[in-house]
Amino acid sequence: MEIILAVLVGVLYAAGVYMLLRRSILKFIIGIMFIGNATNLIVFLASGIVAGEPAFVDGVVQNASEMADPLPQAFVLTSIVISFGIVVFALALKLKFFEITGTEDLDQLTKTDN
Amino acid sequence: MGVILALVQTLFFVYFFSKIPEATNGNGIVTVIHWIPQIGLNLEFLLNGLSLVFALLITGIGTLVFLYASAYMKSYEGTDKFYFQLFLFGGAMLGLVLSANLIQLFVFWELTSYLSFLLISFFNKKELARKAAFQSLIITAFGGLLLLTGVLLLGSIVDSYSVTDWLEGAQSIKSSEFYLPGLLLILAGAFTKSAQFPFHFWLPGAMQAPTPVSAYLHSATMVKAGVFLLALLNPVLGGTIEWTYIITLVGVTTMFLGAYFSITQTDLKAILAYTTISSLGILVLLIGIDTTLSIKAAMLFLFVHAFYKAALFMVAGFIDKKTGTRELSKLGGLYKHMPITFIISILALLSMAGLPPTLGFLGKELIYEAKIQSPGIASLVLILGVAGNTLMVAVSMYFMFKVFLGKQGDYPKQPNEKGYLYLLGPGVLTLLSLLLGLSPAVLGDVLVEPALSSIRKEFIDVELQLWHGFNDVFLLSLLTIVLGMTIFVIALYKKQFLIKWRSINNRIFIIEFTNIFNQLLDGFLNFSERNTKRLQHGYHRFYILTVIVFASALLWFEVYVTRNWVLETQFSLTPLYISGLVAIITCSTIYAAIARSRIATIISMGVTGYGISLIYLYYSAVDLAITQILVETLVVVMFVLVLQRLPLFETLSSKLTRVRDLIISLTFGSVMTVLALKALNVEFNHSISDMMVKNSFVKAHGKNVVNVILVDFRALDTLGEVTVLIIAAMGVFVLLKTKKT
Repeated sequence: MEIILAVLVGVLYAAGVYMLLRRSILKFIIGIMFIGNATNLIVFLASGIVAGEPAFVDGVVQNASEMADPLPQAFVLTSIVISFGIVVFALALKLKFFEITGTEDLDQLTKTDN
Repeated sequence: MGVILALVQTLFFVYFFSKIPEATNGNGIVTVIHWIPQIGLNLEFLLNGLSLVFALLITGIGTLVFLYASAYMKSYEGTDKFYFQLFLFGGAMLGLVLSANLIQLFVFWELTSYLSFLLISFFNKKELARKAAFQSLIITAFGGLLLLTGVLLLGSIVDSYSVTDWLEGAQSIKSSEFYLPGLLLILAGAFTKSAQFPFHFWLPGAMQAPTPVSAYLHSATMVKAGVFLLALLNPVLGGTIEWTYIITLVGVTTMFLGAYFSITQTDLKAILAYTTISSLGILVLLIGIDTTLSIKAAMLFLFVHAFYKAALFMVAGFIDKKTGTRELSKLGGLYKHMPITFIISILALLSMAGLPPTLGFLGKELIYEAKIQSPGIASLVLILGVAGNTLMVAVSMYFMFKVFLGKQGDYPKQPNEKGYLYLLGPGVLTLLSLLLGLSPAVLGDVLVEPALSSIRKEFIDVELQLWHGFNDVFLLSLLTIVLGMTIFVIALYKKQFLIKWRSINNRIFIIEFTNIFNQLLDGFLNFSERNTKRLQHGYHRFYILTVIVFASALLWFEVYVTRNWVLETQFSLTPLYISGLVAIITCSTIYAAIARSRIATIISMGVTGYGISLIYLYYSAVDLAITQILVETLVVVMFVLVLQRLPLFETLSSKLTRVRDLIISLTFGSVMTVLALKALNVEFNHSISDMMVKNSFVKAHGKNVVNVILVDFRALDTLGEVTVLIIAAMGVFVLLKTKKT
């Protein structure tokens, strides 16, 4: 199953990069989403996936090594929330950019002024 | 302000003066302050015969320059800054000549370059001043870097940068294969600083500085730093054929060219600038000849030049102030209006021409003596030397007659001679030159003898006399004077003579060094601008493209290098529903990337996100699944809300571009798949996780370990995360609330 998930990671990265390279800002933002998801998955995958053993404890722990590792999960959780923040901010920025310039073509953004 | 700083300079002068007996006795006074002893970097100060001479000149002339400046700078704005910089400059210069560690010397060296840049560009509203300052900075700082390279190269031989260690290891330095490159680099530093040919052209440009700066920088300080360095390193690096020939040739060329060009100048300060180049050439030449006699002559000439050049610069500035011009053609007959200045100038110019009874005469006699006895290329040195001195005589006379005698000039202002501060400096200096010329034994015993002894590293008795008797040298002097006077008389009475000379000069010396310098600089700037534009083109997607292509190339290379690994995991499709889920996610992701409809894109993006959350859920990451679902929902809602205010997708890229991007993204995606597979083989250290699992309930009283980590074990991270979200939220709020501008 890990192999299939690794391929999925590749697909997500490929799609993310492809969208990052678009000139449309909306697609660019979706690209960020995909790359964020792909990165989360790769971290999750690398820490070893365990089915049906979530890290819940009750009193004395016996089977710590069989449980899913909670630490990478905590990191990925933080990452999900942060990429959400980035996407929302980028979206607002994009909206404002369109209001001011009337275009969503990134190639119009080659200068810092005007 | 100027007067106060002059007092400080006087204090230093008196301090160094009082140290004469102690410093000239034996090896001098050494003060070491440990700085970074681990890498052999200490602040080492050495006051011996040589550095004492320079220290006295710097502080003594510094005093007079500050007094002069307090009168001269009155009418300008920004004098506080000026005094500050000039004072710092004096300090840096003192630090330079007192340094006994060459790295430390380099630091002061660069400081003087930098400060002289600020001083030359005092009139920074004039483009010429800015350009000249920039030019001198680039040349001297560039030379400084070469010097540093040379010092590091030679320092590596004896593994020290202390002058004392270099002296001890002088033999091993000279026999090393690094000797010649190191010597050339150090000489490049000294030659740029001391305005030697072919780096001489920055010095006339530096005349854009206010006159007190010119008087200070070009008589006793800045340009003498190179001479000091040569004298300091003479016992270490000198005594070889390379040393003698290179330095002698450069020195004699500079000396001759400086004098040659000085005669065709029409601006007072320009004349002085070129004679300064010539004098620096003499000093360098003398050190290059490298005999006891020549070093003695150099040490004496140091005083001669400092005295008359500072005095003449001050006089030139005074004349400029009072008449409003520095052009020779507009001056003349000034003796009636400025009699004291006239007398001072006569004495200073006599010294410059090397005529009795001034110190200059003595200096010139000694120089001739040294040149006659110079080993190696004596004949060339002698011919060019006599020619140079002849021109010096002519230019001194010409200066005097054109400015003070002859017809009343056409001055922009009616001159007077008010302001004793202007004349104090030149007066003191020329008086000293006269008195010491008449009784040179004092100077010889007290200063020249210890300076010479500390360079030659043995005691040498110096006896100076004004009158040497009839000998070869005297005949040479006579010849010089006669020839010089002839040129002067021709120049004065045949008006066409100098004009012809100038036009011939223009024809021979087509190459203008300043122009070459500017062209090189412009070329360099254009080159870097073109390259910057190529890299910083402003197209966002090409920046990303560069990063991605480079990263994939690097990753694929690394994958190729470490290609000998075995995948331990078996391929399997169980559980089938997860495989099916992955297939759905793949389809929706690809569709999102290629869809033409906005709403379809966003929906498929949502499908991808929800699908991933299901994967999390299956593989024991409940909290991740919940968060992902929440975030995905919010994002989709927000996209849909924004969507109605945005335009439809357009086809912006050509088909070719899309194919290119597809290839790039597939390359990157595939390498990431390989990485993900390789990551499966990595064994993690679980001790931190185990600690958290064990203590989650016992210490933090939470059953859900992931939650406990977030709010307890790593709560500060979460706080940071919340802060990021708040900042993003505020940013969004501000962006959406502000009205269209």
